[in-house]
Amino acid sequence: MKTAERQFTTISGVPIDPLYDQPVAALPAPGEFPYTRGIHRDMYRGKLWTMRQFSGFATPEETNRRYHYLLAQGQTGLSVAFDLPTLMGYDADHVMSLGEVGKCGASVCSLEDMEILFHGIPLGDVTVSMTINSPASVLWAMYLAVAEQQGVDWTRLSGTLQNDILKEYIAQKEYIFPPRPSMRLVTDTIEFGARHTPKFNPISISGYHIREAGSTAVQELAFTLRDGMEYVDWALQRGMAVDDFAPRLSFFFNAHSDFFEEIAKYRAARKIWALAMRDRYGSRSERSQKLRFHAQTAGCSLTWQQPYNNVVRTALQAMAAVLGGAQSLHTNSLDEAYALPGEHAVTIALRTQQVLAYESGIPNTPDPLGGSYFLEKLTADTEDAANDYIRRIDRMGGMIPAIEAGFPQTEIAAASYRYQREVEEGERVIVGVNRFQSPDPPIELLQIDESSGHHQSAKLSALKQRRDNQKVRKNLDALMRAAEGTENTMPYILDAVRSYATLGEICDSLRSVFGTYQETAHL
Amino acid sequence: MAHPIRVLVAKPGLDGHDRGAKVIARALRDAGMEVIYTGLRQTPEMIVNAALQEDVQVIGLSILSGAHNAIVPRVLELLREKDMMDVKVIVGGIVPDEDAAALKKEGVAAVFQPGASLDAIVTFIRGAVPESNVQS
Repeated sequence: MKTAERQFTTISGVPIDPLYDQPVAALPAPGEFPYTRGIHRDMYRGKLWTMRQFSGFATPEETNRRYHYLLAQGQTGLSVAFDLPTLMGYDADHVMSLGEVGKCGASVCSLEDMEILFHGIPLGDVTVSMTINSPASVLWAMYLAVAEQQGVDWTRLSGTLQNDILKEYIAQKEYIFPPRPSMRLVTDTIEFGARHTPKFNPISISGYHIREAGSTAVQELAFTLRDGMEYVDWALQRGMAVDDFAPRLSFFFNAHSDFFEEIAKYRAARKIWALAMRDRYGSRSERSQKLRFHAQTAGCSLTWQQPYNNVVRTALQAMAAVLGGAQSLHTNSLDEAYALPGEHAVTIALRTQQVLAYESGIPNTPDPLGGSYFLEKLTADTEDAANDYIRRIDRMGGMIPAIEAGFPQTEIAAASYRYQREVEEGERVIVGVNRFQSPDPPIELLQIDESSGHHQSAKLSALKQRRDNQKVRKNLDALMRAAEGTENTMPYILDAVRSYATLGEICDSLRSVFGTYQETAHL
Repeated sequence: MAHPIRVLVAKPGLDGHDRGAKVIARALRDAGMEVIYTGLRQTPEMIVNAALQEDVQVIGLSILSGAHNAIVPRVLELLREKDMMDVKVIVGGIVPDEDAAALKKEGVAAVFQPGASLDAIVTFIRGAVPESNVQS
């Protein structure tokens, strides 16, 4: 095809001009409002990003061994992957847990499992991120209880709870309760955190899953930031002052394959958030206005075919995240189109970050691409397009009415179908899949069998024999009464957890008060 | 005039990853088939009941969580119990080669792994549903 006829677009379909050469206005320096160029003046010269590999599989015992291995390899933070029953608030012995225990992450059914998960890991020294949403307050309570047992004061705890329920309705779909009671639980954790855990991020407002569900870069950005505003609105309605909780709101974005589009997305994210915090919410604290984010390379970009190519994809995506000023980063393993990563594959993924940090020279100066004609234009266009979406959602009455109307879901499904059609027509090339195919050698995979389910179920029966069941019942009743009222539920969840009430029992108590959510499927 | 092929696209288990199921549902619809999408978190019993109610010729199961070895055989068992073995079961998602071979042995008509083209899936379904089964 002649270049004159060919359309050049980003992976999200944004048209790219033949040349960018318009003068670029001078930008505020890194560390200066609105932080387009980064939230720190010295950026990675002062401190490298945290290398935080998302990890968890099978039983808490096996996952604990993996954590010790990763820390020994030089990883600087932990990130817990829970299995699907845990994410959905079911114990391992529940009928819906059939075949799912330990498959997508570690199974954690009670405080006992959380104790095993962090055995020998000093919670006062290691920062821990937990990917848990609908039952986030329960898992967080277990974590806080383990810290108590280790004698670590909560004020020393540093880490992140994902706890972003809105993106579950939009994309990831691991929801239990309807939106409003779910938002109340999230607000309870934000309020509790502001009082008791000043260094812990009670929420990580996530675009990652929105992007994995097939959104464009602009949709990822807009829906995530608008979700963030929804959490701010709820906390303000609770009576909190914006600068008392906003400094601990954190974000999580995808690092997808279109290199410049991703860097533009991170830069635009910081600018939109800084302006929104100052102008929409009247924040006066720099810490509230600085958007901090974790990035993970794009799982959906990994191919089953020729899996070693995934190492290269991941390296490029990680580079975009670093050039975009991420505070922490997960790099995917080459085998993740097949299974949870094996030890060898996860080591290569971690080494990829270490090569970027110590060999590439990129961390030597903040925002090294700032001032590029192309990048600055793309950043401005991304900001405008995201603001258009944010205004549309404002006009719908906020994110909850938008979700109930199926708006973000339908936008994402349409983008995802459009992309797949382009792949199908060969307009988008995926190396090794729709071009440059060749046979690939088999790779070794991590196998997780059904034994985790049996192991976890046996532990649950033993626990229920051993614990004070009257105390459990009393604590669950108290939690239900609190849930029916307007009190903060966290202290009641903590009491239930400390008496070894299981995740399933606590979530069932909340289900009985809040009901459950069924979505209308939007094709 | 021949009636269109009817397909039930189902998401069993706890897995919430519905991107693939939705793309396939739209692609089959664009190819002229009638598609019923179950939505999330269906048990094998719910899926087979829906297949019966909706009188489909094909059930497409989308599973990305690794639970296929527990869930798919149960769907096949229920189809046998209800004398619905003429309904073709196809599986899409993250299914390793060994598991795919085992599932086919148990009666699954086809397994589509990551990277499978929409066209291949449409073509397979058209070939697998004999004309005589399409009521006119």
